[in-house]
Amino acid sequence: MNDRIEFNDVSKFYGEVLGVNRVTLTLPPGITSLVGPNGSGKTTLMNLMTGLIRPTKGSLSVMGMLPSSAYEFFRAVGYCTQFDYFPRGVSGWDFVCDSLLLHGIGKQQARQLTEEAINRVDLAQAAKRDVAGYSKGMRQKVRLAQAIAHHPTVLVLDEPLNGLDPMARAESLALFQELGKQGMHVVISSHILEEVDRISDRVVLMTGGYVIAEGDIHQVRQEVRDKPMQILVRCGRPEVLASRIFELDHCVEARLHNDGAGVFLRTQDVDQFYILLNKIVTDGIVQIESIMPADDDANAIYQYLIGSDGGQA
Amino acid sequence: MTREQVASMRKSFIEQPWRLWATQIAAVVRLETRRNLFTWRGAWVYFLAFAPAVIIFIHAVASNLRFETISEDTNVLAAIFQFYYLRLGIFFGCLGIFARLIRGEMIERSLHYYFLSPIRREVLLVGKFLAGAVRALLLFEFAVVLSFVLMYLPFGAAGSQYVFDGPGLSQLFSYVTVTALACLGYGAIFLLFSMLMKNPAPAALMLMGWEFISSVLPPLLQKFSIAAYLKHLLPVAVPAQGIFALLTVNTEPIPQWFAVLGALMLTAGVLVVSCWRVRTLEISYTTE
Repeated sequence: MNDRIEFNDVSKFYGEVLGVNRVTLTLPPGITSLVGPNGSGKTTLMNLMTGLIRPTKGSLSVMGMLPSSAYEFFRAVGYCTQFDYFPRGVSGWDFVCDSLLLHGIGKQQARQLTEEAINRVDLAQAAKRDVAGYSKGMRQKVRLAQAIAHHPTVLVLDEPLNGLDPMARAESLALFQELGKQGMHVVISSHILEEVDRISDRVVLMTGGYVIAEGDIHQVRQEVRDKPMQILVRCGRPEVLASRIFELDHCVEARLHNDGAGVFLRTQDVDQFYILLNKIVTDGIVQIESIMPADDDANAIYQYLIGSDGGQA
Repeated sequence: MTREQVASMRKSFIEQPWRLWATQIAAVVRLETRRNLFTWRGAWVYFLAFAPAVIIFIHAVASNLRFETISEDTNVLAAIFQFYYLRLGIFFGCLGIFARLIRGEMIERSLHYYFLSPIRREVLLVGKFLAGAVRALLLFEFAVVLSFVLMYLPFGAAGSQYVFDGPGLSQLFSYVTVTALACLGYGAIFLLFSMLMKNPAPAALMLMGWEFISSVLPPLLQKFSIAAYLKHLLPVAVPAQGIFALLTVNTEPIPQWFAVLGALMLTAGVLVVSCWRVRTLEISYTTE
């Protein structure tokens, strides 16, 4: 058994409508974010990964397992879908506990795991109430509890932050981070790019059913060579730095920061830029306080590659 | 097939996780029964099941406990069973119960919770079928027994003698058996229909037509009719008159054990096809 999620030339068509096309991906353990606008194929990819739909072409496996081997597969996989629906008349507790009983475990163990999962998403007080009376955030939480209750090693989360208040969002992100650090696969799709950006080990960018980039966010940014990269340099005498940098062919923009204590630079060759910057520093022309990529996040990459604002997608 | 192959198949069969599957099936049955046995949504099925018993009761009270002969009422009960329960009540009741098991959850968008559980889809299907069977059998067996009791109770000692010392108990046993076979057979078919088409009602009406004409079908085709098997298990032959003649099935006589086995085999065959179907079933709620 390997520890990867693998897609091998996977395509899915709904009749004549494209879901995803020719996706070849290998996801190692850690937190992976699927990023893309509505209809880009994120949910289709997740549904394929968990066997809710079958590929029209190609093959995929999760840690060497196929969804058709249901017992082994779904003991290892938890999926919090985007479908905000529940069986009629169940309480949050019953919803989680019933799912666990389907694993074939005893009632006592099911109750224990249910309590643990309910507490983990901070829903203990409302657990015995009917799900129909829950707020959207509570429904999201109880679905998350159901997905993690059996201690899966692969957790697939489709828009898991939808409907959560800022506090719950922060708690959920901390939970995902903790699970990722434990060596779990956590696959998240979200439109809230800044948040997934912060916790992701890698990102898969999708549009129109195609994967257009994947890998570590910084690596992906590096790969987008044809787009100028924006860097914020905090320094004294930023105007001098700007004028020196502008001497380079690949520098397309230099703009002083509003507070006058830094300069935004846009360069098409980041390696050459850093070589020059080193020289400027060693020559003692300016004193550098900090250097940071100003657009080396998922949102910026998203805009470059997809041509729209990820936050509004 | 060689002896080694047979031994290998036997070994593989024994090594299957039967205990786990049994536990999972029991969990599905408990879950489904708890959620669906008594619901307002299913009230029309209770009406279908208990309407004849209510009518028999009202008739008993309204006629001021003056009854015809036991033999006449035996024919009335047989007619109610054959023309109402078998053709309409159990048929449409099973449509309501079994078609909801999978399709209903697809409409309510909650089927994926089952599909994301570590349970083989075939095991899930058997669990769902048994849950439907429990509900259908509880309802219709109870309703049929109640109708039987209400029919003979007003006769007092004569009724008691007919039931316990005459052919009554044997007839009741036949009604119970036929009800069970009908529930299982139609249940399996409607479960399959619900996975093959979004609206199983038109197919159910076609099946109803098929069951009506099964008596005039060639013997080979009669093997694919539940009604054709059940006909041989009915304890009392009702003389067909007028429009009821249209509802009467006249088939070649076959032994009762063969009829029971045939109905069960047909049910099992449909369930096997359902198992194949459920393995390939995809969750695409947007098309529901």
